[in-house]
Amino acid sequence: MNSQTSDTIHTDLTIIGSGMTGMAAALFAVNRGISTTLIGQHSAMNFASGLMDLMGVHPSGREWDDPWKALDQVRKDLPDHPLAKVGNPDIENAMGEILGFLNDQALPYHRAAHKNVNVITSVGTVKKTYTVSETMWNGVVALEKKSPTLLVDLDGMKLFSARQIASSLKERWPDLRHQTIEFPGAETLEELHPEHVARSLDLSANRVKLANRIKPFIKDAAYIGFPALLGMYRSREAVAELEQLLERPVFEIPTPPVSVPGIRLQETFISGLGKNPLFRTLSTMVTRVKTGAGFTITTGGSNTPATIRSKAVLLATGRFLGKGLVASRQGIQESLLDLPVMQPETREEWHREDLFSPQGHPVNRAGIRTDKSFRPLGRASEEPVKNLYVAGSILAGSDWMRMKCGSAVAIATAFAAIKAIEKANK
Amino acid sequence: MLKTENTCLKTKMHVLIKPKASVIILATLIFFYGGTVETDVLIIGGGATGTGIARDLALRGITSLLVEKGDINAGASGGNHGLLHSGARYVANDGESARECMEEGKILKQTAPHCIDDCGGLFVAVRGDDENYVGDFPGFCARSGLSATPVSIEQALEAEPLLSKKIIAAFGVRDGAIDPFMLSLENIAHAKALGSKLLCHTEVVSFEKDNHCITRVWLENVHTRQRFSVEARQVINAAGAWAGKVDALAGAATEIIYSMGTLLVTQSRMTEGVINRLRPPSNADILVPGGTVSILGTTSMRVDDPDLIKPTVAETDLIVSQGAQMIPSLETTRYIRAYSGVRPLVSQGKGDDRAVSRGFVLLDHQDTGLDNFATITGGKLTTFRLMAEKTADLVGARLGNTTPCKTRTEPLPSTLEGKWTEPGIAPRAWMQKPAGKTDRILCECEMISESTVDTIADELEKNGQAPDLLNIGKRSRLGKGPCQGAFCSTRVMAHMYNNGRLSGPDGVDELKAFLSERWKGQQPIFWGDQLIQAELTEAMHCGLFDLELETPNPDKPEHNEQTDEAKGDSHE
Repeated sequence: MNSQTSDTIHTDLTIIGSGMTGMAAALFAVNRGISTTLIGQHSAMNFASGLMDLMGVHPSGREWDDPWKALDQVRKDLPDHPLAKVGNPDIENAMGEILGFLNDQALPYHRAAHKNVNVITSVGTVKKTYTVSETMWNGVVALEKKSPTLLVDLDGMKLFSARQIASSLKERWPDLRHQTIEFPGAETLEELHPEHVARSLDLSANRVKLANRIKPFIKDAAYIGFPALLGMYRSREAVAELEQLLERPVFEIPTPPVSVPGIRLQETFISGLGKNPLFRTLSTMVTRVKTGAGFTITTGGSNTPATIRSKAVLLATGRFLGKGLVASRQGIQESLLDLPVMQPETREEWHREDLFSPQGHPVNRAGIRTDKSFRPLGRASEEPVKNLYVAGSILAGSDWMRMKCGSAVAIATAFAAIKAIEKANK
Repeated sequence: MLKTENTCLKTKMHVLIKPKASVIILATLIFFYGGTVETDVLIIGGGATGTGIARDLALRGITSLLVEKGDINAGASGGNHGLLHSGARYVANDGESARECMEEGKILKQTAPHCIDDCGGLFVAVRGDDENYVGDFPGFCARSGLSATPVSIEQALEAEPLLSKKIIAAFGVRDGAIDPFMLSLENIAHAKALGSKLLCHTEVVSFEKDNHCITRVWLENVHTRQRFSVEARQVINAAGAWAGKVDALAGAATEIIYSMGTLLVTQSRMTEGVINRLRPPSNADILVPGGTVSILGTTSMRVDDPDLIKPTVAETDLIVSQGAQMIPSLETTRYIRAYSGVRPLVSQGKGDDRAVSRGFVLLDHQDTGLDNFATITGGKLTTFRLMAEKTADLVGARLGNTTPCKTRTEPLPSTLEGKWTEPGIAPRAWMQKPAGKTDRILCECEMISESTVDTIADELEKNGQAPDLLNIGKRSRLGKGPCQGAFCSTRVMAHMYNNGRLSGPDGVDELKAFLSERWKGQQPIFWGDQLIQAELTEAMHCGLFDLELETPNPDKPEHNEQTDEAKGDSHE
């Protein structure tokens, strides 16, 4: 990692926001020789589930098996959707570059060639997604074949009941059994925290003890499923060893936050990017962005204030949870540069009466509008800011939660924005 | 006018079930056989009044069956401030209500102290308010015999630091906060202990009449649509805002004005005591502490149908901006819920609905030629006991029972049934668990543990009600903290599956029903932090779990509880 002691940091690109979009953009940038400073604190990436969605559901409610066909249809029907601005080849290239990087960093993800896959969730629903952490892949296969499978949960883990999953899915998957195991060494603990379990399973000795407790319950099971906590930094190794000990394929099931696969992803990005001398990260908050000939960015918060001089800025600050957008009674604002936000005319229209309304809530399609190169559209009277780009969930027009396209919006728009930055600076 | 000898005392012998059977057996028999239930008194409506009547009658030795189409306090009894009025609000134009409130407040503080936070209150005027009203106020209070102590601006600001620096006058009054859910749950619990019965989710569909009597009342379970009938010697309509609809079924014309009021719940308690705006009653001029939160309201808007009410964005904005004139930080604080209630006002002429007397009306229906029917409506939470007393006096006399009312002095017993709605009870129970005993916290916002959830579920089952998330939520603070149920709902589901109370695919429907219920009270307050929480909830339950794509289980009867869903509950 690049460390500079002078007061002012000079960089080609500053990425504001350390979530999936910011991390992906940083990877694309340094891979293209662009010196990059990533600034962000408290990203929502540790909420990531270990699944990556491409495109799953059309606003009409139709569910797609082929995400690429879904993208074609979205381009036709929803020209304002951010992914309508990126072609399928670029989306494929972007996904490929990210998955290649994760593979190199020993956090591989797995996908089917041209179709969405089904995974079971911790509340016993079946979710369609595009790519899953390799540690979850056997679950996709077991579900497809409805193989006899044992689901294991750990006594004291409050957000995950194997019995709930097995019972909820009984009709769909009759050969699903469940067993609660006391985690070795945690017998006296009242509560079990997923992160602690995950870290302890980075050690081989603990895997052996856990496997010994499970063995008597395997019986006819051809697969064994666990909550997603099989190792923190050595999850691939943990799963492989458990498979060897249990003599069965093993898989993880995504859990609600705190999500161990999300933490793995975040740590992997930071450590992998950190090996590149073009990359620098500041775990702090941006307090001010001054435009003019280049950008002057001031950071603050709890850390020592720093000043960054940057040729280009990519805003990847996310939505409300990421604090890129701020909602008051009067309306929605962009938090850093006061960029114009496309939004419903009145607050009455933000949400529908029914939380689960199939049409989704209009507020989730509010956001920043951009041109085809992901430069924000200014107000009518203003000159657009040069070398300013926006990517990720802050963009207008995508309801990622309902269309199941969150990862693709993050990764593909980051890719397109970095390509535009590369081109503009040549 | 009142006849003690009543032709309706003769009941026919269509008895399949003895009144002493437990509610569960009762419900089961009704379910399998249909049939007829016999009772001395049938009470329609499970709000503060209906449950109060059940207790009052039971203390006189008269048992009753109370039927409620939603759940306890589903109407105005749940949709209010939880204010125990000193009466000062009514001194200017309704002296009788003022005196009634004062009297009843004193009685309730004596007999039901566990339901009351005797926090006191202030009336404050801010710059720009009508100074004539401010000047007249002490005289108005004196006229009704109320205590109103002048308080200096400095003293007021010291007692309530969040008050506006622009206040120009302040008076101390004997307001209090009352937990309406605990109150009704305790009243019905006491009535049940004395032999009365409760059936929730049971709606009146028709009356059979013969010879100046209601001979039979047909009822329907709102979930199963199973019908059965009740033969009662006396029938009491305590349906509140729905009293007109019930009277119409019996052929009596009672015109009810529906005045909707909306209230907002803040995330934390803003003041020690009740804060009232010292001006003629208007929008958003009362802030009442409710345990760990405060409740701000209300508005007054006439609506056509008590079943079709919901808080709006416009009302919310009005309440926040008006409330902020008294307490400026109400503009910036986080709100966790909005809800509406309907005041049932009995039509007595024209004018602002607030000017209509807030007194209650007891109709004996002699004029419509029904000798065993009474309707009690109007009034307010503070005077529920008096309303129950007057009704029980009438019905007791008709039944030839001369035992006088006991609720003026008899303490309301404190049972387990009401206690979990109180903030702080669940954490205290958890702290007191024996060392070494496992009892995990399931709701981290409100510190509700596994054993608390189990206790509430047991009580629900004992009462013949489903121990599901929605019902547990109504009897505790589950889902009422900052996370609004996003996390605790999944933890409680997992726990319910693990202990075998739940099995099969119904959990997803339950989860959706619970989250939908929490959502309904929040739409108008989605901005700032609350919108961030909403985004997280949706990311988790739609983004990850795909709950919006799950179709309801067709084998399960549809959950269709308009009344509960539309109004939410005040008890935050």
